[in-house]
Amino acid sequence: MEVWQFCEQSMHPAWNKIDGPTKVTIPNEVCDPVIAHELYNRYLDEWMLGDELGYNIFVNEHHASANCMSVSCTLTLSILARQTKKARLLSLGVPIANRTDPYRVAEEMAMIDVISKGRLEVGLVKASPFELSMSNQSPARIMDRYWEAHDLFVKAMTSREPFSWEGEFFQYRNVNLWPRPYQQPMPPMWITASSAANGRKIAQLGYVCATFFNGKGTKALFDAYREEYLKTHGRVAPPDRLAYLGMMVTGHNDAEVEDRVAKMKCYLDVQPRTPPQWTNPPGYESLEGNVKALQAGKKGGRLNFGLPPNPTMEQMIEGGIFFAGTPDKIYNQIKKFSDSVGGVDHMLLLAQAGLLTHEDTADSLKLFAKEVMPRLKALKSNHEVTPMAAE
Amino acid sequence: MLMTALPDRVNVGKSSLEVLRKGRGQPLLFLHTGHGLDPADAFLDALSSKFNVIAPAHPGFGASDLPSGMTTVSDLAYFYLDFLEQENLRDAVLVGASFGGWLAAELAIKGTGRFSRVVFLDSIGAKFGSRENREIQELLATTIDDLPRLLFSEQEAGRKKFGEFDFPSMQEAEVTRFARNRESFLMFGWSPALYNPKLASRLHRIRQPALVVWGEDDKIVGPDYGRAFADAIPGAKFASVPHAGHYGFMEQPGAYAEHVLDFLAL
Repeated sequence: MEVWQFCEQSMHPAWNKIDGPTKVTIPNEVCDPVIAHELYNRYLDEWMLGDELGYNIFVNEHHASANCMSVSCTLTLSILARQTKKARLLSLGVPIANRTDPYRVAEEMAMIDVISKGRLEVGLVKASPFELSMSNQSPARIMDRYWEAHDLFVKAMTSREPFSWEGEFFQYRNVNLWPRPYQQPMPPMWITASSAANGRKIAQLGYVCATFFNGKGTKALFDAYREEYLKTHGRVAPPDRLAYLGMMVTGHNDAEVEDRVAKMKCYLDVQPRTPPQWTNPPGYESLEGNVKALQAGKKGGRLNFGLPPNPTMEQMIEGGIFFAGTPDKIYNQIKKFSDSVGGVDHMLLLAQAGLLTHEDTADSLKLFAKEVMPRLKALKSNHEVTPMAAE
Repeated sequence: MLMTALPDRVNVGKSSLEVLRKGRGQPLLFLHTGHGLDPADAFLDALSSKFNVIAPAHPGFGASDLPSGMTTVSDLAYFYLDFLEQENLRDAVLVGASFGGWLAAELAIKGTGRFSRVVFLDSIGAKFGSRENREIQELLATTIDDLPRLLFSEQEAGRKKFGEFDFPSMQEAEVTRFARNRESFLMFGWSPALYNPKLASRLHRIRQPALVVWGEDDKIVGPDYGRAFADAIPGAKFASVPHAGHYGFMEQPGAYAEHVLDFLAL
């Protein structure tokens, strides 16, 4: 199993400076640039520590958000491409349907791949609905735009001669990617999903399918992926094509674990602080999905990862949302979760969130790396790793 | 209510269109708002006492097909040019409300010669102000529960027009109609937000006598915007209606119909 260190680069000191949404409408008056400077550098330091400890690195982006100050996966990765030595560098991801210029995204990705000597993993995401308020791209037909951007991105990465593109959403006279990526023909691709239908689409492409805080819904998604992969490619899906994100914190004893969980947990309280009109703008979900939700009496989006309000540590662990404990316990939780979903080779760990301090984060990362990671890495999957090029 | 199906269908090219036909006399094409059309609409009832009211559900709305590649209000206008020819409408009256007013303007500036009068009710679609003045308030990224407050002067009256949003007790077809209308309205109106930057400079091409009717309590585009809209059309008359919001023709159907019928009787 591979382990990925994730952090949302939050501006958590702003959370209690204002009532209501922590994104979209929160005024940047409460984003103190001196504190932001310290926090950005702290988070980068934690990833550099993770690189030394044997973690791979996973970054994301949001916009107008106190939950995540990273405004660009490629900006964060371009720093880490130079400053880290060993870690694989995963963008999960670029909201490609929100970008006006997918060619530019391909250029930035290729440059990161070359500087990092082929350590890049490219994740493309649909992005949260509220991101559309900042990108101003339409929620309607978002997936049509996503797939055209994806197709253009892949062709830009893999084509070895200039080409033109005259699509419905994007038009270019001359696409000519310089540099071409270090990994040939292109870096591994990841896409996020939560539904079985989307899992099948990713399986057809042979990409890594990642799911975030999906808990009990994960098994059905992964089963659909494996079934579709076998049908499409005529062989069993390698476990390294499946990835799961949960929160993680470890400690030297139960009291320390509980203290750290309490510090991280406010992350869950902040997540739903979204302006209600941006939780599900028309067009973002399918018509069928919206009709079902309305008939069920729901007018907003998904909240709280399917957990009850103010969940206990045990409920979060049981729900597969949080891996928390002393090293033995946390190993067993992750092993049990992986077994329960039929095997997952990429464990994405939100290892800093909420009010977890740098000292706690660094200590938790070190303890996990020393006591848990070797055992997880030893969980060898009985498969041949197939390079993306063969798909 | 707004989720009720329209009684008739007509094929335009390869697309099937839902349509409401009511009354006899001179033809009157009514173009509905971004939230669809109520077949029992009292304003249309009043117009149908003197006119042959023809009110289709726009492509993508209600149960009307959405032809592939149709994504802009101008696309819709070209579709309606086909419809006008097929129905062979002549000396017709064109009436559009809100989003339908925008569509009516896009149609009228194309100079079909098939309309003798044009009426705009709380129309959107044109930009008159500066780049830092948002004149048309948000109607697409809104919660469902906010719609009656935004669209009507009296929130409770507005809720009734939407069937109280009691979706769990509605038929699936009704819920689908509501959700589909919202999605199509958003697709056609998203960006620039509910206007075509070219439209203001083309409104002078509306050569027919025109009337612009506005709700005094319109919270989406206030009466000042309405006056600017009328000023951009040579010779257009302007009238305002008290106690009427953005969907004023639904809220004060009698007063709106009186203004329109008076104008058409001239």
